Amino acid sequence: MNTRDHVVDPFLDDALPSLPPPRRRVRLDRTPVPVESASGPGRASTRTRGPGGPERMRIENVTIRYGEKAAVKDVSLSIHAGEALALIGPSGCGKTTLLRTLNRLTETTAGATRDGRVLLDGEDVEQLEITRLRRRVAMVFQQPNPFPMSIFDNVAYALRVQNRKTPRRRELEPQVAEALRRAGLYDEVAGDLDRPALRLSGGQQQRLCIARAIATNPEVLLMDEPCSALDPRSTAVIEDLIGELRRDLAVVIVTHNLAQAHRVGDKVAFMYLGDLVEWGDADQVFAAPRAERTRDYVAGAFG
Amino acid sequence: MSVASASAPAPAPTAPRPAPRGDRLSSWRWRHRLAFLACWACGIAVCAITAAIVIYMGVRGVQYLNLDLLLHRPQAGLAQSTTGGILDPIAGTVMLTIIGIAIATPLAVVAAVWLVEYGRPAPLARAVESGIEVVAGTPDIVIAIFGLAIFQLPLFAPLSFTASGGGVFGRSFLAAGAMMSLIALPLVFGATREGLLALPTHLREASWALGKTRICTIRTVLLPQVRRQIATGSALGMGRIVGDTAVVVVLLGATLQIEPQGNVPVLSTLRGTGSTLTTYVYGNSPAGEGNAPQKAYAAAFVLLLIVLALNAAVDFIGRRGKGSS
Repeated sequence: MNTRDHVVDPFLDDALPSLPPPRRRVRLDRTPVPVESASGPGRASTRTRGPGGPERMRIENVTIRYGEKAAVKDVSLSIHAGEALALIGPSGCGKTTLLRTLNRLTETTAGATRDGRVLLDGEDVEQLEITRLRRRVAMVFQQPNPFPMSIFDNVAYALRVQNRKTPRRRELEPQVAEALRRAGLYDEVAGDLDRPALRLSGGQQQRLCIARAIATNPEVLLMDEPCSALDPRSTAVIEDLIGELRRDLAVVIVTHNLAQAHRVGDKVAFMYLGDLVEWGDADQVFAAPRAERTRDYVAGAFG
Repeated sequence: MSVASASAPAPAPTAPRPAPRGDRLSSWRWRHRLAFLACWACGIAVCAITAAIVIYMGVRGVQYLNLDLLLHRPQAGLAQSTTGGILDPIAGTVMLTIIGIAIATPLAVVAAVWLVEYGRPAPLARAVESGIEVVAGTPDIVIAIFGLAIFQLPLFAPLSFTASGGGVFGRSFLAAGAMMSLIALPLVFGATREGLLALPTHLREASWALGKTRICTIRTVLLPQVRRQIATGSALGMGRIVGDTAVVVVLLGATLQIEPQGNVPVLSTLRGTGSTLTTYVYGNSPAGEGNAPQKAYAAAFVLLLIVLALNAAVDFIGRRGKGSS
């Protein structure tokens, strides 16, 4: 429980004071809205766990189709700095597709089309240069997938502009060390950064992938079931790490593990067959879900 | 018999389990026994045939091969069996292989990368793929004749020499090398494509998700991973070029000596004609005009050594790559 207590980062609030109020009440899509929730966005919740910073990304009426089949149907969400959003739902409900849309990785799948808008700091991601977008919205995958290079080169690869040889290794060293330190891996590998990354254990590899992802100081970190290939110990390490990282950036994590969603998520969004069924504070979604399907899923009735 | 008692020194003495039934040949059905025998026979036959070729050529080669033969240029003369060596054919083989593979490898690698990593428009990708398959299946003599038709065009006159009447000869190391590249190309292409296809998608996605372009991903992440496959494909392609005869007969002129055309040092040789070990073997064997079978054996032995060395290189590359990655 301690890791969840969030330290307010004064910098974030000072730097962007004029943005709209960060917190909104639970919004239900295609579910009857209880009358009392219509009290409007002005009422700040007292049960939130993270402070929640300014809005980073906003998903507006996004529909994603693979050919004719809609994988994500008319989903709207917003993602705030300083909090972790957990996407939960049964397999094939579109969580991962939605996640991959945020850094436009769905485009690489043949036949995928998208309706609606995804905004990053108010700019449509379509308008952004794709390489810049992906440096600002980084991603960690389900399988630890370090490149078959040394540990140093893995992180340095993310820092270099495309495949330029400059800056040289000496100039990159502090940045690489900083990224590894933030990912909690530095102490374990500091002795030999030239070791092949594939010699690391699974948990270390996944933390290396996180280091690689946060090396460019992204604003949003997407995580696609980052712990599903790891043992419980490594999972705990990474969950703690998410708690730390969440202070500086917005984290969106897809998970099958409800307990994990509860542990790391400040907000939880429940998806079912492409629909966003419920979206709200983690405590609320787990303790008092509004939609019947959420209640059943959280209780373990299906999925 | 019992594996458990052998590997783990258990405190309680376990009774040795009876040997599992059915793993002795005598307990097999006779049909299975026959099939088993056939497997052994086929395997041994393949080994025996290979060994017969290598040993026979080795004995004959060692019998006739000497340093003089290796270090002297071939000479036309009445006493064919005693004069001249095989220096020029060896040089011709090496040169032709280098030219061919130098053209084939970049072409094949780029084509394979385009096909696997981009592959759009899809009809074009299919056309490229089946086109390369067609090239792979075309007999080398057809490729050679086609090459002759092409390189005799006035457009390609700089690649070979032009006769006094204005007719383009169309036969030179460059022309033969260009057509040889077609013979090696499918092998390099196939190896590279298989290597790229075997790379997991998440490797590409990891790079793209870091904000890298496709081209950067290909150069820094993917190509280093398939270096081994490219090397293997190239070595196999070189083996094919070394062993090819038809293209040399038709497109290299098959002159006994390397005959440069023009005065520019390197270019003149490339534009000139010559022969390789394969045509030399053919020419000196009883089937050809020269009647010096012992020199043919010696040259064939050298050819065999080159091919074996290339095969060993393929094996070595494959094994080293497996160990390191």
